[in-house]
Amino acid sequence: MDVLNAVVALANFVLIPATAYGAQLALGALGVTLIYGILRFSNFAHGDTMAFGTMATILVTWGLQSYGISLGPLPTALLALPAGIAITALLLLGTDRAVYRFYREQKAKPVILVIVSMGVMFILNGLVRFIIGPDDHRFADGARFLIDARTFREMTGLAEGLAIRTSQAITIVTAVVVVALLFWFLNRTRTGKSMRAFSDNEDLALLSGINPERVVAITWIIVAALATTAGVLYGLDKSFKAFTYFQLLLPIFAAAIVGGLGNPLGAIAGGFLIAYSEVTITYAWKKVLTYLLPDGMAPEGLVQLLSTEYKFAVSFVILVIVLLFRPTGIFRGKSV
Amino acid sequence: MKPRDMALFALVALLILGTGYLQSWNAALNILNMGLISAIMALGVNMQWGYAGLFNVGVMGFVALGGLGAVLVAMPPVGESWSAGGLRVLFALGIGLAVIMGAIQLWRRMARGALRGLAMVVWLVAGFFVFRAVFDPAVAAIEAVNPAATGYLGGLGLPVLFGWPVGALLAAGAAWVIGKTALGLRSDYLAIATLGIAEIVIAVLKNEEWLTRGVKNVIGIPRPVPYEVDLQADPGFVERAAGFGLDPVTASTLYVKLLYAGLFAIVLIALIWLSQMALRSPWGRMMRAIRDNEVAAEAMGKDVKARHLQIFILGSAVCGLAGAMMITLDSQLTPASYQPLRFTFLVWVMVIVGGSGNNFGAVLGGFLIWFLWVQVEPFGAFLMELLTSGMAADSALRAHLLDSVAHMRLLTMGVILLLVLRFSPRGLIPER
Repeated sequence: MDVLNAVVALANFVLIPATAYGAQLALGALGVTLIYGILRFSNFAHGDTMAFGTMATILVTWGLQSYGISLGPLPTALLALPAGIAITALLLLGTDRAVYRFYREQKAKPVILVIVSMGVMFILNGLVRFIIGPDDHRFADGARFLIDARTFREMTGLAEGLAIRTSQAITIVTAVVVVALLFWFLNRTRTGKSMRAFSDNEDLALLSGINPERVVAITWIIVAALATTAGVLYGLDKSFKAFTYFQLLLPIFAAAIVGGLGNPLGAIAGGFLIAYSEVTITYAWKKVLTYLLPDGMAPEGLVQLLSTEYKFAVSFVILVIVLLFRPTGIFRGKSV
Repeated sequence: MKPRDMALFALVALLILGTGYLQSWNAALNILNMGLISAIMALGVNMQWGYAGLFNVGVMGFVALGGLGAVLVAMPPVGESWSAGGLRVLFALGIGLAVIMGAIQLWRRMARGALRGLAMVVWLVAGFFVFRAVFDPAVAAIEAVNPAATGYLGGLGLPVLFGWPVGALLAAGAAWVIGKTALGLRSDYLAIATLGIAEIVIAVLKNEEWLTRGVKNVIGIPRPVPYEVDLQADPGFVERAAGFGLDPVTASTLYVKLLYAGLFAIVLIALIWLSQMALRSPWGRMMRAIRDNEVAAEAMGKDVKARHLQIFILGSAVCGLAGAMMITLDSQLTPASYQPLRFTFLVWVMVIVGGSGNNFGAVLGGFLIWFLWVQVEPFGAFLMELLTSGMAADSALRAHLLDSVAHMRLLTMGVILLLVLRFSPRGLIPER
């Protein structure tokens, strides 16, 4: 019984939250890695793109709610998501037209594009704070739990409860659908193949008649979809605050680099690796250990390896270790 | 400097003087003082990016470490905390260091294979638990000593000016560690690594209360200049103030700020002189040669990696110095106030707008961008007031727009950066 209780506690506090967080990071890292593969620069504005997309979705959600439209047990934000994605895609295409295209035509060095993306980051950050403000917003509605802790305890008779929040379940389901769609698109469709060709060898792709502007435009649209989805899922799971999204830049980049920049499969693996490590290391293991160890040997302290404030240190340390021992990432990304 | 550059500096001087005439001399001096500090930060980043092409986005971390240096030197030591657990904490940190050194030795000495990996993991995990076993009780003991007023170890109780070089040294030490691991990898990796280390430094400052009091902030750091109240109580000063037609309160605040400005200006001028000399020397030419073509420089026998490490440490030390100076100006260390947009990316805007690779450009950028950062808000408020004056007084949109003016400055900085990158990519005072 104790072992079962330990497993349930572990699932409740570590596995489920980390899986949801990992899915959110993976979606974010996929966006970063796609931009890196096709446009060949690290986009510092990605966190703020996520914030913008989420903000657009929240505004549409509020609009829908004011008309009394809802999805029943599911959050209304899911209904607003396509609109949010469309708005973000327009924004990104506009930025590309107004800002990035000039440097692409000049064949500017990647690091110049990174600095340019810093400027875009400032503007998006200012824009988001200007429109929705710097405060916390919770926009999850509908049913809060798929299974709550008490029901689970009554069902199974265990001492530990297992709670699965709707937002966590939605995150995982949505992430699986989005990733499946993305891989289907990249591997099966003509456009997806042309994108991969462009990423592998730009000159050869141009020679075979691939239109670079079309590839770039489609990349931005996909990135808008990925960033907005990741942002909305993160916001549903936790809450929306412009500054938090800016800070997500670090774990997202760590995930993309650890997996190998430019490699979509790597981005997903990196996202989960970072999320699991972060949650495991900052979790207080006392409860699980008390169940597992014989009586009298239960630990006195919380058995928390690092306080949650140091979660950035976890992504950072993983990043450094991978860079030291395998500089192109676990899945052999590309290097410009 | 060419006449055009002189004119640009004169323009910035005019802007600050204009603030003095139109708003208040107090505000003008505030801009001047932070402008001086910003110029020093920009000089540091310019060394890394302008001379050597290193992409450091962890400026905030180095600035914060500099501030920590000032605190550790200037604050009076807390004897009770030291006897409660000071030595034990130092001992624990020694253990931590020994574990890391041991791990490195283990990695170097043992043969490749699964056994080495296993030995490393076991060694590190065991070391971590030993470290925590010594560290945690010591920290608890220190933080229990009068937590409302102290609850930390304090500093050395020396004059705060000694803290400036110490701040620079702390930043340089951190830069050495990062440089050793991340330099030589691709530029984006260095960027992400520095971004990460900056967040970690801030997390340490916020959480290690035994060292920095965390979010309880260290306040009342001793100053290198007299206090306003003492000046106001000094009859000689009051008399001289009256001679200028000023009341003692205004005169004392202006006088103190001017003293700070003098101190900062000495440091800035010394740094400009040093960096100009360095940039014109064979060393400076070598740096730029490495930046422009690493392969060619390496073929000429230059040790690219060592030179990169050197300039990375130097630039970070300058940022640390600026951080220590800023703490001296504020007389307090507030870890929660370090924001990457303000302390990392804004400095980058300064360097790019001013002109990367040119020391005077970086300094100009420091002053100009700081001026704009401060003044965009009142100006934006004025503009918004004007734009919304046609709306109804109780309109929700109008209230929202007026409330959001504070965020205009981020938007403005982004637009300025993009405009400069597009139309004058080498900055206002380009490299020559």
